[in-house]
Amino acid sequence: MGFARRNPLVVFGLLVVILWIVLALLAPIIAPYDPQKQDVMLSLEPPSPAYPFGNDELGRDMLSRVLYGGRSTIPAGLVVVLIGSLIGTLVGAIAGYLGGLWDEIMMRLTELVMAFPTIILALAITAALGPSIRTAIIALVIVWWPSYARVVRSLVLEAKSQDYVEAMRAVGATGPYILFRTILPNCISPAIILATLDIGTAILTFAGLSFLGLGPEPSSPEWGRMVSSGVNLFDQWWTWLFPGLGIAILVLAFNFIGDGLRDLLDPRLRNR
Amino acid sequence: MPFHLYFLRRLFFVIPTLLGITALAFIIANAIPADPVVANLPQSVLNNKEVVDAFRAKWGLDRPPIEQYFTYLGNLLQGDLGTSIRSRNPVAQDLAAFFPATFELATYGIFFGIFFGVGFGVISAIWRNSIIDYVLRTFSLIGVSFPVFLLALVGLSIFYVQLGWVGGPGRLSVRLPEPPTITGWFTVDALLSGQWNIFTNAFSRIILPSLILASFVSGIIARITRSSLLNVLSLDYVRTARSKGLRERGAIWRHALPNAMIPVVTVIGLSYSNLLTGAVLTEQIFAWPGIGRYMFRASTSYDFPAIMGGSMVIAAIYVGVNFVVDILYYFLDPRIRFA
Repeated sequence: MGFARRNPLVVFGLLVVILWIVLALLAPIIAPYDPQKQDVMLSLEPPSPAYPFGNDELGRDMLSRVLYGGRSTIPAGLVVVLIGSLIGTLVGAIAGYLGGLWDEIMMRLTELVMAFPTIILALAITAALGPSIRTAIIALVIVWWPSYARVVRSLVLEAKSQDYVEAMRAVGATGPYILFRTILPNCISPAIILATLDIGTAILTFAGLSFLGLGPEPSSPEWGRMVSSGVNLFDQWWTWLFPGLGIAILVLAFNFIGDGLRDLLDPRLRNR
Repeated sequence: MPFHLYFLRRLFFVIPTLLGITALAFIIANAIPADPVVANLPQSVLNNKEVVDAFRAKWGLDRPPIEQYFTYLGNLLQGDLGTSIRSRNPVAQDLAAFFPATFELATYGIFFGIFFGVGFGVISAIWRNSIIDYVLRTFSLIGVSFPVFLLALVGLSIFYVQLGWVGGPGRLSVRLPEPPTITGWFTVDALLSGQWNIFTNAFSRIILPSLILASFVSGIIARITRSSLLNVLSLDYVRTARSKGLRERGAIWRHALPNAMIPVVTVIGLSYSNLLTGAVLTEQIFAWPGIGRYMFRASTSYDFPAIMGGSMVIAAIYVGVNFVVDILYYFLDPRIRFA
């Protein structure tokens, strides 16, 4: 239990993330109503014992919709970071290992994508492919991989000159074997930390795209989408506050974990 | 390295990036499977082959992509970004009309962001692991974790709807005339022309969106300021400064802070370029007539030239701000000067 006492925020973050995932998974069982069931009589009813989070403009139960909301947002954020970090790691590793012209070309491409502001690039891509959850994810993956490519490349460059790599070469190992079996396993942990720190941001950006109407279809219970249909309903705060807090608390929890992990792994910061 | 050499070298690196951006913007715009003809011509004329062909010829849609790209580059060199299909104005003119609103908002945002970010970061570092450190760090974490649209809605419903302390969406009340254009900043132009009521109205409307932009930015700045200052404070030269009898305040302000600011300046530059290139979400919620909103509308109406021209200019601003940051390094980091 020492870990929990020394890192209360990490543990708290982990518990919240687990809770959110469990709630999303169990939504079909625990949600009190069908998230799509409309009832004009209940339109914009404030929170009440029967409907603790109130009802939206079409009379749908907000609690059920918020519970269902995590089912698209959480996996979307995870998928973006997972695929983005995989592509980035691969590009960075190959660029760093091959060096020379290949390195130059791949890194210039990486910088190009980085020079494009995330949401504008995502907007353009979503415009190109038409709005849906899938294209929002594709758009985000395209803007997500460069930071990983840069980090992994610098690590591979550093590792390339180490003795153990030299030793592998001396015993006759081939390039791909050295890169993927020897160098990469030694460079992977910073990429994993970066990914953990990143999940929150990915979820935020996905929710932002969704808020702009570039993600899931209008009626689907997705947090960003739900907040956007509550815009201008200042007096009916329950239509946007609950889904908004769904995102905020989840992202905060991921950031607690990421911060704690970074402090834990950076010994210079540990005793301050 | 002398300054002019450093300057030219940095400038030289900007050119391939800008060229690459034009190519990338072109590829994305061309990947749009949606037919701009369908998106931009009224339903009634879609069967009229003559009208459709004329439209394609007018926008160069009938030529091969490579040719389109080089025509585009050629026009670009003459400052011609093309003509927006939606607004029917030259894209450059559109962007020039929308940019001042973003410029004003982003500058207010970065100002508040630096003020709170550096302030909180320095306080956190000086009193590390104290209650105030934890409170400020939690604030920064909330700033980077809460979705902008949630903060915007909470801010609007409390400070605009409930308390009436700030103005509503938009740059200026529709009942007020725009101030004469001098700088394009409503608050500054109103002051310069002595229209006090216009100034107060414009200021009451910019304060909330800029503070909301600042909440995210200051969160990042505070975190980097704190960790950078803590790092520097543990270095030998600061210990030397202390041991020669300098008081804590002197050690921090005179010796530690200037060096600790180097990574902070990078983050400030990045944040400012992010704000300048259109805070799409904030501009959308606050009906702010800026670049972000312009780009959002362009991409939802498949307005090819506007998307391309806008992306170009935005990426160029981004590259430009980072160029300025690189130049600032020259003055902040003596290692570059004497290398």
